[in-house]
Amino acid sequence: MSKKVFGLLGLLTVASLVLAACGPAPATEPPATEAPEAPGTEAPEAFECMDAIGCVEVAAGDPIRIASALVISGPNASLGLDSQYGVEIAIQFKGDVLGHPVELQAEDDGCNAEGGQAAGQKVVSDPSIVGVIGTSCSGAGVPMAQVISDAGYFMVSPSNTAPSLTDPDQAWRPGYLRTAHNDKVQGAAMADYAFNVLGLATAAAIHDGDPYTEGLANSFREAFEALGGTVVAFTAVNVGDTDMRPVLTSVASAEGGAPEFLFFPVFTNECVFLAIQALEVAGLENTVRAAADGCFSDTVITNLGDAEEGMWFSGPDLAYASATYEEFLVAYQENYGSEPLSVFHAHGFDAANMIFACIESTAHQNAEGDLLIGRQEMRDCLYATSGFEGITGTLTCNEFGDCADPKIAVYEIDGGEYVPVYP
Amino acid sequence: MSKQLNFDWRRTLLQGSMAGFISLNISAIGMVVLFGERYLIAGLITMGQAAFLLAPVGMAYAAAKSTLGKWRILTGLVKAAVIGLVASLFLVFLVWAERIFDLRSVLLNVSPKLISFLTFGAGADQGSFLLPAVTVTVCLLSAAAAFIPERIRKALFFGLGLTALVGLLSPILVERVRNFLGQSTVRVLFASNALQLWPGIILASAGAILYAGYGFAASRLKPASTPKSALATRMARQAPLFLLLLSLPFFLGTYLTEVTNNVGIYLLMGLGLNIVVGLAGLLDLGYVAFFAIGAYTMAVLSSTGPLGIGLSQWVASMGLHPGNAFWIAVAICVAVAAVAGVVLGIPVLKMRGDYLAIVTLGFGEIIRILALSDLMKPVLGGAQGVLQIPKPSIGSLVLLEPEKLYYVVLAAALLAAFISTRLRESRIGRSWIAIREDEDVAEAMGINLVRTKLLAFAIGAAFSGLAGAIFAPKLTSIFPHSFSLLISINVLSLIIVGGLGSIPGTVVGAIILVGLPELLREFAEFRFLMYGILLVMMMINRPEGFIPSDIIRRELRASESENPTPAT
Amino acid sequence: MDRLKSFSVINAFLWLMRAAIIAVVAWGTIQTILNNTTSTRAWTDFVIFGVAQGSMYALIAIGYTLVYGVLKMINFAHSEFFMSGIFTATSAVAIPLNASGFMAEHPFITMILVSLVAIVVSVTVALLTERIAYRPLRTAPRLMALITAIGASFFWQYYFSGLLGSRAKGFPAIDALKGSVPFLGTQVLKTHILVVIVTILSLLALNFFITRTRAGMAIRAVAENKDVAALMGINVNQTISLTFVTCATMAAIAGVLYALVFQQVHFYMGFIPGIKAFTAAVLGGIGNIPGAAVGGLFLGLFESVGPSLFLQSLGIASFNQLKDVIAFTMLVLVLIFRPQGILGERLTETKA
Repeated sequence: MSKKVFGLLGLLTVASLVLAACGPAPATEPPATEAPEAPGTEAPEAFECMDAIGCVEVAAGDPIRIASALVISGPNASLGLDSQYGVEIAIQFKGDVLGHPVELQAEDDGCNAEGGQAAGQKVVSDPSIVGVIGTSCSGAGVPMAQVISDAGYFMVSPSNTAPSLTDPDQAWRPGYLRTAHNDKVQGAAMADYAFNVLGLATAAAIHDGDPYTEGLANSFREAFEALGGTVVAFTAVNVGDTDMRPVLTSVASAEGGAPEFLFFPVFTNECVFLAIQALEVAGLENTVRAAADGCFSDTVITNLGDAEEGMWFSGPDLAYASATYEEFLVAYQENYGSEPLSVFHAHGFDAANMIFACIESTAHQNAEGDLLIGRQEMRDCLYATSGFEGITGTLTCNEFGDCADPKIAVYEIDGGEYVPVYP
Repeated sequence: MSKQLNFDWRRTLLQGSMAGFISLNISAIGMVVLFGERYLIAGLITMGQAAFLLAPVGMAYAAAKSTLGKWRILTGLVKAAVIGLVASLFLVFLVWAERIFDLRSVLLNVSPKLISFLTFGAGADQGSFLLPAVTVTVCLLSAAAAFIPERIRKALFFGLGLTALVGLLSPILVERVRNFLGQSTVRVLFASNALQLWPGIILASAGAILYAGYGFAASRLKPASTPKSALATRMARQAPLFLLLLSLPFFLGTYLTEVTNNVGIYLLMGLGLNIVVGLAGLLDLGYVAFFAIGAYTMAVLSSTGPLGIGLSQWVASMGLHPGNAFWIAVAICVAVAAVAGVVLGIPVLKMRGDYLAIVTLGFGEIIRILALSDLMKPVLGGAQGVLQIPKPSIGSLVLLEPEKLYYVVLAAALLAAFISTRLRESRIGRSWIAIREDEDVAEAMGINLVRTKLLAFAIGAAFSGLAGAIFAPKLTSIFPHSFSLLISINVLSLIIVGGLGSIPGTVVGAIILVGLPELLREFAEFRFLMYGILLVMMMINRPEGFIPSDIIRRELRASESENPTPAT
Repeated sequence: MDRLKSFSVINAFLWLMRAAIIAVVAWGTIQTILNNTTSTRAWTDFVIFGVAQGSMYALIAIGYTLVYGVLKMINFAHSEFFMSGIFTATSAVAIPLNASGFMAEHPFITMILVSLVAIVVSVTVALLTERIAYRPLRTAPRLMALITAIGASFFWQYYFSGLLGSRAKGFPAIDALKGSVPFLGTQVLKTHILVVIVTILSLLALNFFITRTRAGMAIRAVAENKDVAALMGINVNQTISLTFVTCATMAAIAGVLYALVFQQVHFYMGFIPGIKAFTAAVLGGIGNIPGAAVGGLFLGLFESVGPSLFLQSLGIASFNQLKDVIAFTMLVLVLIFRPQGILGERLTETKA
């Protein structure tokens, strides 16, 4: 056994020896690159980091490095990969930024708090990284926002929707931004549609214990009650459940009477079962059913069959009618061999472009092409983003990093497709 | 003729096919493409190429090595060539199949990019010749390596392995090197997350030479270094290790310290589970329950958000930093977890083996579901978790960075390791082992089964609760999804891979199963694939673990013989 | 059992626990019945859903039980046998055939093809796992085998995720199986009827195979005692492989049924049913084939009926979330009363 230990020690020794051996040789080189010899440049002291919390230096020819921290393994991998592909396409479309190529370091947020924190620590240990696009899951975003913020970096999330992340009393930290909509917006949109457009006064909401669905169901409840409606039942199922009758029966026999409107912002499987079985439960025959973007999928359309009649879906307005989006889809198909895997690819694309725009407007460049990117300047620039034209709409950030152009639409299924009907 | 040359055609063809089959699968699941983007040595070899060449090369080496007889070198080389050829034909087949059929609609990862990697960018036509040529060449090289003298070969392999390891971990090394030696050194040694060519060659040869030199020196020095050490010398020996542990964050930097902290938290749990499973032989698959209980207790006690019960505010009102509440809360967490260990232990006292496993698994799930449920939401936050848990602080010094939190983890791990060691060598430790061997005999020998078992559950749970209590403020927010069954499985795996019942083994297990996957974060999906392969290979080739405890080693030896002798 | 008698505190605690659980259950049940908010039709529905779900658990649980009987190990990778077959068949057969319109024309032929592919893939995966991962460990302690099985499970999950993609795939619906038929005053989904029928047929076939054929007898003999079986001229290795083939076939059938009912498959789909089926196997008495069936049925029913019956009237928020809590609490309760499971734990002639 000691052999192994010595092997390891030997390895370390060798590594340090090699480093030491190679160390002095290049030591003669740096002055050459640092010496301000190039004629016609500004005075050397002008090219120094003046930023409040530090700068990223990018030497001429080196890539500008950004990181992503999205869920790219495990059962939620398609959510994170979708956003990551969006970022990769943004880099591909953009080409060089100020004469530097952009390099993406893809990390995995694991869709959980530990993963978010570890990915965050990994990113902040690398001073050459300008900023992060991530996280996918709100649960990972909370600890990561703290790490990133403390280290003076910034992060732009393409798919966090939890309200707490942009609430300064809860999880918001300076340096956190997102291009995804806040759950509050979607919950409010659905409540508005049910109460004002459909004219329904009582509602029920069902979630599945996932932070996303629970958050959305809650924002719906708050918004609906604020409008003057009554939420008669608020309950939950489990991920993996198939038999929804018990929960639906209990909703139907709620104290305030059977709800006129039933909102279940859960994911595809459970969504289909709830939608179909709600029609078969006594007391819910006339209840209007609605789901959210977790229920957007081809399989839902096939599997719902006739049950789609009289059912609504809320979600980000995906009708991105721009030429860029057409090209985006072509590139996506070409690179990854499929249609977009999920709904947050465009948000990833926009997040990346927002960052590029801020790098271009804030970075200091000398004649050799070296860049200095101020971290505080980047933050200020990102928070000041206003009227930025992206695929998802016109992005404007508020002081707590909500940048999305929250176009929430209400859809129905018509002819095998989701068709927006409101607004 | 063929007999004389000891040439078994069928076997060789079979080996080639196996290698080809493995390479084919490695390519089809997307490993080659993902790895292909990472150079091990800049401009020379990507990890993707290493991935699909590994199986034929390994097979060729094994075949050549096992060749005996008069013409063994020639035969070995022919075998290697055949294996390389057969294996590469599988990949050529894939290249052509992709060209003719639309494989990608089913096999997502058979993309044009993969084909370009496999054919070294030459396209299907030329690639069909280039690919076999390259494969056969490297197979011949590896077979040739089998015939050089063992000492040189081992040194060579060591050098190459070292280079591959450094290449693999270069993104992390880059950061460390930059920190200590500056950006200019990085540029000489590394290029875009890979080793440069010349440093790679130097590293490989330096490694080989040093290894050979060390082997030579060790063979000379061996007899001198084995006297039994007295306590004083043992402590003197451990002093440098202790110093190293204390100064570790300085060498490791932020990220690696963060990884070390994660390893430390799993190590704590591993030490606890080691008592339950390794010593007392009670298979617990719901160990995460106590981790969750510790974490949630800490969260509820110290959170400054709406769910906290105000311990931090109380501490703050005393004029201290709220983070000081951690020290009070941590004691409560450990106590609560230990009590939970007893309470959940009582119903399972009479259960053995797999019944115990499934019931404890059930307990783990029950705790997680309760934490998730709307029922407990007013107290535990439900799906949205508990936020705003302050980082621990000592006086006004907040342990914000991983480098500072490290000392909390280190202290806890050392304490747990100390308690484990003392317990194992005590009367109670021997009782546990006796129970593990045979409950009935143990009871006949006068061991109080109930008390002994419950003590194991309680201490195991206490360690896990301590881990949870550190975990919560480390993350500053906790969610029920962090306490899944996978944690229990991971902890169980790490103590077994490390060596059941062995404390150094638990350390090694935690480093390999928690630290390594963390460092290889960028390989996403394939981390778990490799994790699976590692577990299987480990159990087959080294079932007693990396650093087995003496008892387990003896047992495994004993069970192999005809008449199993009872362990001490 | 008797050895704990002297510890009255422990016994008192256990009785208290049982009494508390039973009291909660009884109180909840009485309240629910008195309140009578749930219609009779709903109760019938709960039972039918429970039976359908339980049938699938039973088919998977058979695999845990058979392997346990023969190798005395928990085959954690069994859930991957279940997943691999139908995941591959859906990606490689059902989706392309549906896209080409063949499936709509010949749903029966398609389903036969899907089932065949599923069985072949599951069996291949099972045989490879047995040959490479389990066979070398046959004499090793069971904990080692468990870890190997966990490793194999990880490997197959991510292998198939890499091979076929990490995204969930929709299994095309079959027109003939859409909708429901009236039964006992309620509507039963056609797919559920199919599930129950196929499960019963499979279990009967398995029972015939195990008790009446030479190969089945060999499996039982090996389960009883490997060495003696070898002396009797039984090829132990072959018999163990045969056991895995049987298990994987059952798992593949369960997979096809799963796809028909839930219409969505993904690489992670084996995990939860696997845990549940394992629970069912232990509940029924691990190593016992009828036990696995009974355990599966039991678990399915508890999950379906339990929350509404026990918790509905206790005023618990979102009581349906606690379904698994009920299932596992019942497991603990059953095992405290009967530590060998409902039907005991041997794979012998008298009980098989």
